[in-house]
Amino acid sequence: MTILYIIIPIAIILVSSFVFFFIWAVKTEQFDDLETPAHKILIDDWNDKLTNFQSPSFPLFQKGAKGD
Amino acid sequence: MSASNDSNSGIVQVKYNDEIVRMFILATIFWATVAFSVGIIIAAQMVIWQLNLNTSWLTFGRLRPLHTNFNLFAFAGNAIFVGIYHSTQRLLKTRLFSDSLSKLHFWGWQSIIVLAAITLPLGLSQGKEYAELEWPIDIALVLIWVVFAINFFGTLLKRNEKHMYVSIWFYIATIVTVGLLYIVNAISLPISFFKSYIVFAGIQDALVQWWYGHNAVAFFLTTPFLGFMYYYMPKAANRPIYSYRLSVMHFWSLIFLYIWAGPHHLLNTALPEWLQTLGIVFSVMLWAPSWGGAVNGILTLRGAWNLLRTDPIIKFLVAAITFYAMVTFEGPLLSVKAVNSLGHYTDWIVGHVHLGTLGWNGFLTFGILYFIVPKLWKTELYSKKLANIHFWIGILGILFYYLSMLASGITQGLMWRAVDANGNLVYPDFIETVIRIVPLFFFRAIGGVLFLAGFVFLIYNVYKTIKQAPKDLADETVQIKGTSSAINHPERGHRRLEGMAVAFTILALIAILAGSIIEVIPTLSINKYVKTEKKIKPFTPLELAGRDIYIKEGCYTCHSQMIRSIHSEELRYGAASTIEESMYDRPFQWGSKRTGPDLARLGKKYPDLWHYMHMENPRAVTKESIMPAYPWLISSKIDFNRLEKTIALFKKLGVPYSDKDISDASISAKTQALGIAARLKDQGVKGDVSDKKITALIAYLQALGQKGAQ
Repeated sequence: MTILYIIIPIAIILVSSFVFFFIWAVKTEQFDDLETPAHKILIDDWNDKLTNFQSPSFPLFQKGAKGD
Repeated sequence: MSASNDSNSGIVQVKYNDEIVRMFILATIFWATVAFSVGIIIAAQMVIWQLNLNTSWLTFGRLRPLHTNFNLFAFAGNAIFVGIYHSTQRLLKTRLFSDSLSKLHFWGWQSIIVLAAITLPLGLSQGKEYAELEWPIDIALVLIWVVFAINFFGTLLKRNEKHMYVSIWFYIATIVTVGLLYIVNAISLPISFFKSYIVFAGIQDALVQWWYGHNAVAFFLTTPFLGFMYYYMPKAANRPIYSYRLSVMHFWSLIFLYIWAGPHHLLNTALPEWLQTLGIVFSVMLWAPSWGGAVNGILTLRGAWNLLRTDPIIKFLVAAITFYAMVTFEGPLLSVKAVNSLGHYTDWIVGHVHLGTLGWNGFLTFGILYFIVPKLWKTELYSKKLANIHFWIGILGILFYYLSMLASGITQGLMWRAVDANGNLVYPDFIETVIRIVPLFFFRAIGGVLFLAGFVFLIYNVYKTIKQAPKDLADETVQIKGTSSAINHPERGHRRLEGMAVAFTILALIAILAGSIIEVIPTLSINKYVKTEKKIKPFTPLELAGRDIYIKEGCYTCHSQMIRSIHSEELRYGAASTIEESMYDRPFQWGSKRTGPDLARLGKKYPDLWHYMHMENPRAVTKESIMPAYPWLISSKIDFNRLEKTIALFKKLGVPYSDKDISDASISAKTQALGIAARLKDQGVKGDVSDKKITALIAYLQALGQKGAQ
């Protein structure tokens, strides 16, 4: 059981670093925009209209599904 | 320059290089046909060995390396270039860095494949799985890979889209890691243009080989294809990836963990325990990112599951991701020591690999081809119905293949370990366990035929599609908003990193170097693990000549030389193999599959005549044997002259040969050969075989396990 003397401090250090980095990530606005990059790749051309693709996050554009 | 400025609005026109993508598509389809066909031929040879037509260059041992190298470098390789060149241009909104480098890349790569097609059947092999190509081809392959890397990173640096999408990260990891793995694993010293020896020996070679071998799966068959999943799945379904945030975690955890998992190919062997444990722990951890990624791909379809019914492209992609999930479930399972002791060296592993290659790599590639061929040839897909037929025949093929191999592997694994109440093996004759599974080999071959049959539908469909394409295939041109006028958000953390190509590449390199360094470097100081007081006698020159034949004929594709520390195995073959026994072996021959029995302690088990008859016709000594006959070993001659060079090279690498051993190499080999030939003659062999290959091979086989340190 002496392993506990090593494992518990390691666990505490790990968990606190996770909490620290989580708070840091939130504060630096890293969770503010989780959608743009995923949507951006669907637009090939500057002239493409958003209506050309459907997205659960953009219910307004749901119609005009690909069809086939 | 491919981009021209539109004067006032900041809108830029970009013309993609589609010609090169079309070329790689045609190459993919062509080589896939060859690679799949070779697979069917060797699958059929497992049922009817005569299908090698008694020709040396068509035997299983030589065609199996051709099959694996072709599927890896010719089929998957060309498919990787299709996907990367097609999607990278569109993701980065720029034309490929250089048209001429693209062409050089294409023709260089195809030439390497042709060289592989010539040299492997001739038996010019380094004897390391998935890395059999001889040193000049190795160098050519690395050079072309560098051309590819320059072309890719050049494109990355001149990109018009600052942000790099997750697919690009996977491509970066692929290019960097494959280069590193291939170079390190191929470090060898030549004795001639066609023959070289790897510098690593025994356990070092084993570890480096499976660090390479496992990560060929990880970084050649997984990461680029995951990049494709992240691009083509959303594109084909026309909806964004399920979770972009998950993809960040998926990427970093996957590339960091994967590189450690190699030692799970060497469980219960003489590999040091700490390495085995690391391999197991990291393999089990890999479960999480693998499934995270698979879930991310499949859930992209949420709210649009109807596409699965109507769109064959979506069918292929979703099935591929499902196979990926299945195979990455099975992988960690097989990495657990107890399960591994049953599955290792059996067909279960063969089934596992094919679940990944046929299901994940195959189906994902087919889905992508059906998706981009009509786009690149500016027309519609000729027939959706044919694509659907392809899908179902292909699925059936994979099921036949996998289920027969799973049944075969578990059956044979259980038979090998069966021990009765008195502590004796229930099936002491290895051949009993082979006879039982031969019918399953037949079903496996049917599975392969079905898979290829489905692919023929793809060939026809693509042919018809291309035929109806317009004559003029101009490169696709898009209008993009130049980066200069893009709105600048102050980005921080990972999102900022996603716009920094060089920093990102360096971090990815560090992630894959961590595991590599910790596992490989300590093993390179061999004295740490080898007990020097255990004296090992190196092979005699004639035995080494025999070893070269063993490698040339690809014996390692069916025979292992590693008795694992498992009770039933020690009962069957003798005491477990030690690290010291293979300490001078270049390359190591521990093997990965036992279609025939282990050979680590074969020496002195049978008389020379037995081996002679066995190589001439295996059925003369084992009635039901499925091993091919090797009559050419009896007629072709030993190359005594090169032995001097071999011994000199080995001495340079630290094998304790004296200078006299070098100068006397060919004389000593001839003397030993005369002895063996005389004994064979006494026992009734007609003719003088003292200068024939069979004699050298017998010398080697009789020396196995006879050099001390057991």
